Formats: sequence, C-alpha cells, structure tokens
Amino acid sequence: MTVRIVVLAKQVPDPETPPSQFKVDESTNRVIPPNGVPPVVNGFDLNAVEAALKLRDGGTDVEITLLSVGTEFVLDAMKKPLAMGADRLVLVDEPGLDKLDSAGTVKVLAAAIEKDGPFDLILGGRQASDWDQAHVTLGLAEVLGLPLVSLVQKLELSGDSVQLQRVIPDGYQVVTAPIPSVLTISNEIGEPRYPNLRGIMQASRKQPEVFSLADIGLSLDDLAPKMELKRLYVPESNRQVELIEGEDEADAGRKLALRLREEKLI
Amino acid sequence: MTTVLLVAERDEKGEIGQSARQAITAANRLQDAQISVVFTGEAPDSATSLPVGRVITISPIDSTDNGIYDQATADLVALVSSDSPDVVMFAKSDFGSVVGARLAFRIGAAFAPDCVEISSDADAAGTIGVTRPVYGGSALAEFEIAAPPVIMTLRAGAFEASTDTGAPAIESFSSDRLPNRPVEVSESVAETREGVRLEDADFVVSGGRGLGGPEPFSILADLADVLGGAVGASRAACDAGWIDHSHQVGLTGKTVSPDVYIAVGISGASQHMAGCSSSRAIVAINKDGDSNIFKEARFGVVGDWEKVLPSFLATVRDLKA
Repeated sequence: MTVRIVVLAKQVPDPETPPSQFKVDESTNRVIPPNGVPPVVNGFDLNAVEAALKLRDGGTDVEITLLSVGTEFVLDAMKKPLAMGADRLVLVDEPGLDKLDSAGTVKVLAAAIEKDGPFDLILGGRQASDWDQAHVTLGLAEVLGLPLVSLVQKLELSGDSVQLQRVIPDGYQVVTAPIPSVLTISNEIGEPRYPNLRGIMQASRKQPEVFSLADIGLSLDDLAPKMELKRLYVPESNRQVELIEGEDEADAGRKLALRLREEKLI
Repeated sequence: MTTVLLVAERDEKGEIGQSARQAITAANRLQDAQISVVFTGEAPDSATSLPVGRVITISPIDSTDNGIYDQATADLVALVSSDSPDVVMFAKSDFGSVVGARLAFRIGAAFAPDCVEISSDADAAGTIGVTRPVYGGSALAEFEIAAPPVIMTLRAGAFEASTDTGAPAIESFSSDRLPNRPVEVSESVAETREGVRLEDADFVVSGGRGLGGPEPFSILADLADVLGGAVGASRAACDAGWIDHSHQVGLTGKTVSPDVYIAVGISGASQHMAGCSSSRAIVAINKDGDSNIFKEARFGVVGDWEKVLPSFLATVRDLKA
C-alpha cells in the first residue's frame, strides 16, 4: 500500500541575501526582490521533504506531494524537492495569494488537501524564514481536525500509526500518533540531501499540477485577513557600536576585555 | 476597557516566570487593561501579590500531555469561551507557540506570534496593534486587528518585567478531561550533552568564515571555558565542516539570548542575526569595519582576530582569576 505524504512548501526570498540588499517598498508593504538572487524553497520545508524521503529509504512505498500556495512561482526553485526525490508538485497559484495572512493560507491549504487527498501524513517545516509564522502547519491540523505533533526529529511507520521522536530541550519524547496526522519536522531530522543528476533530470521533465482558487471551491472573498498589515519597514539601527581602539590590535583586545568588565558584562 | 487573559508559565524553581512578569508590562500598554493571570495547576505563593485583577488556576496538565498539549489546548479553549477576553497572551515558548496557535485556529481568532510591541488604537475602540520582526529580523511588520479576540505570543525580553505588586482575586476554573487523546507519549529520553547548552549559556563565543579553518575554534572554546559559556558558529563555518552543525546559530540553527554574544570573524548576515539579536550585548571582532555585525554590536574591535583574541582571552583570564 502506498503511503501518501503531502509536504507543505513555501517559496521565500533567499535568507542568505546580504542585509545591504534587503529592501522594502514602504508604499506597498512588500519586500523588493533583490537583483540576481532567486527565491528558494524555505529551508525548514526541505527538512520535511527529507523526513519523507527517509521513510522511502527505510523501504516504505511513499508518494510525496509538494503543496504550495502563492503566485509568481519560480519553478527552478520550487522543483528542488522534486530533484531530491519528491513525486509531485501541486501549486495553488493565483494573483493575490501571496498577500494572505496565516488564517487565509490555512484555509487554502485545507481546501487543496481535501481536493487532492486523502493523505496519510501532512508534514510541514518548523518555521518559514520570511514571515516566521511557524504556525501554519499547527493551524492546518486544527482546521482539518487531525492529530498534531510538533518538532519531530525521527519518524517510522508501523501499521496504522507512526512512531515519532519529538525534540525537547534536553532530549526527546517517544510519541505514537495515528494515521492520518499532521507533523512539523525539526531540523534535527538531518540535512536535506543534495539532488543527484538523475533527480535533477527527472525533475526537469515534471510539470506542476496547478489549481486556481475556483478549482478548490474558494474565492479571495473567503480569505479576507484577520490581521491587516499596516506597515512593513526596515528598522533604523539605534545601536551605536562603541569601537575599542588601542596602540595595536593586541592592545585593543586587552582594552575590550577591560571595557566589558567596566560595564559588568563579564 | 481591554480584558487580557495572560497564560503564565513557571520557571525551573516553580516560581512565576520572567515571561509572565514581562507580559504584565505588555498588557498594561493596552487601554484600561483588566488583567487575569492563568496558571495551570496550583498558583505559586507569590501569585497572590501580582499586580493584576484576578489569578485563575486551571487543572494541571499531566506529563503525558506535555509537548503535545491536546488537554492544555482544550482547557484554554474552554476558559476563553467562558471568559471572552479581548486578548490572550502567551510567552513565545514551546507551550505558548503551540497552544496559542491551536487555540486561535480552533476558535477562529487572529494569531499574532512573537510580538515585540503592542498598543490600543486611540481612535478605534477595541482595535489592537502589534509589531513583530519578520525576515529574520531584517524588517518589522505592524498589524492591526479590529475584531477581538487576538491570541498573541510575546518575544522574551521585549518588555521589562513588572515589579509592581497588587492583591488579585484568586479563582479556579475546571474543564472536562478529554475522554481519549489520539497522540500518546510513552517516555522522555534525556540526552547528555557536554558542557553548557548553547541555548542556555550566559556567554556565547561564535566563529564564522573569517576564522579560515577549524583550528581557531579551540581558542574560542578556551574563551568559552573561561567565561563559563558555550561555542557557537555561523552557517558558513558549519557548512565548511569546521565545526558540527549542532553549534550553528541563526535562522536555520539555534536561537540564543546570552548576556554577551562574542562574534569572531562573523559578517552578520541577517539569517545569522536572527539567532542572536536578542542577546543583551553583542561584541564583534572583525577585520572588515564595514561588515553588518558592527551595525548590531554594542562593542567592537576592527582588527585581525589572530592578534585581538589572544590578548582579549589573557585579559579575561586575569579578570576572572
């Protein structure tokens, strides 16, 4: 029996973009995409892809579907999970879907999952590197009425349940969840694998399956935000660095230590 | 009037956590705030002098619900349904982040995580404003929520802890136990780690690309030892294989908030700063005076770490002796 896994994935600006290139258009409250730095799939979502691939490595017959909500997708970026080994890419793509709040995003994801499902496991990364909402997956579990386990670092299928390790500050909890369940995957699952050449070739031939909002029975009117974004801006750094100088660099190091002592910091 | 339900957590001694006292300060930013503090289980003795109107105790969550929070969520859904507060506040902890989000989505309320500022709109009664860092702290976003309730989590250290005292009414609230919970926790396994945990350390000494190789991490470790702290690293240093990824600080690594964060040879990309920007003081040693780390640091030396660090370490050692 094939275990159907859906992994929630989000296209984000590359978090490695140098701060000097990070700019906001304050008239539209949008980030201006930096020149020449293409977007990427949110790094934590790749951890979730890795978790699904590890189940396949363990001999389970899995079908891995990537699901993303947004618009202006850059397919080269979104196909990375396919190149890693995921099977399908499903996009809910329509202008305006990049402006949803988390409640709206959850509604769209839930409708798409109901349309494309049923799924045995729904996996999400622990947080996104752009709006750092870190709760879309949690909210989805509530809206779908499914059991939820957060911060999973290991998973193993056994019959109609899934054995999990959940990260806690000084170790892990051993947890059993039924199927279907919603899981958020922690980066402790391990580094996402690099796509190999065969994977890249296969991914290049695959096309995404695209849903419009109407396809999943929604319209933008159903998705009015609960929270209205009033202003997005880059804060002025109010921190004035105190540069310590000395006769030479070694002397500066000595004076730095004395200054920190003076401030009772060490 | 703004009614606030503040879900308090205890510190490791069982006392009222700093996060709860910080949340009291935050709640008082709201117009005519009427604050109720909620404890799971018995309230600590010191709760009787909190500067709030009410202290409400709800049933304790047992250890098998810890981390999953099915019962805890159900308890708070029941309390919020009966109490109808305008605002529910949690700390941005594991408990607060999970239970807060689940509560919000179950009752269809707005959820505002990781707030660093909150306010009441003077012109529009009942409208709450929140500010939260986004894009790894590169930008701030201000939101307005017109329809209560709003569920929020507060970033640690964003508000001063309240030291005021008062005489709250003490109440208790009981809710139904869930007949069966779908997720089962069978055991907790402690993993022993060497030295001070990075996330708990009061001092963190971090190295980046500027170190040029794995060997310099030994002098960072010496400095961390003398300070009683832990060693961190940037993603570049970890990806280069100079140090294990468990030391990585940043958006894709660990988040630390030590008293002093010493960044050696780290340029300060926003994804790194996301993991350390709530440190009390950042100290930067970098030979490029234009690098971003100096925009975030309180103290800095522009210079070659190979020359600066040995004398810094020797002086710290003398001061500590």
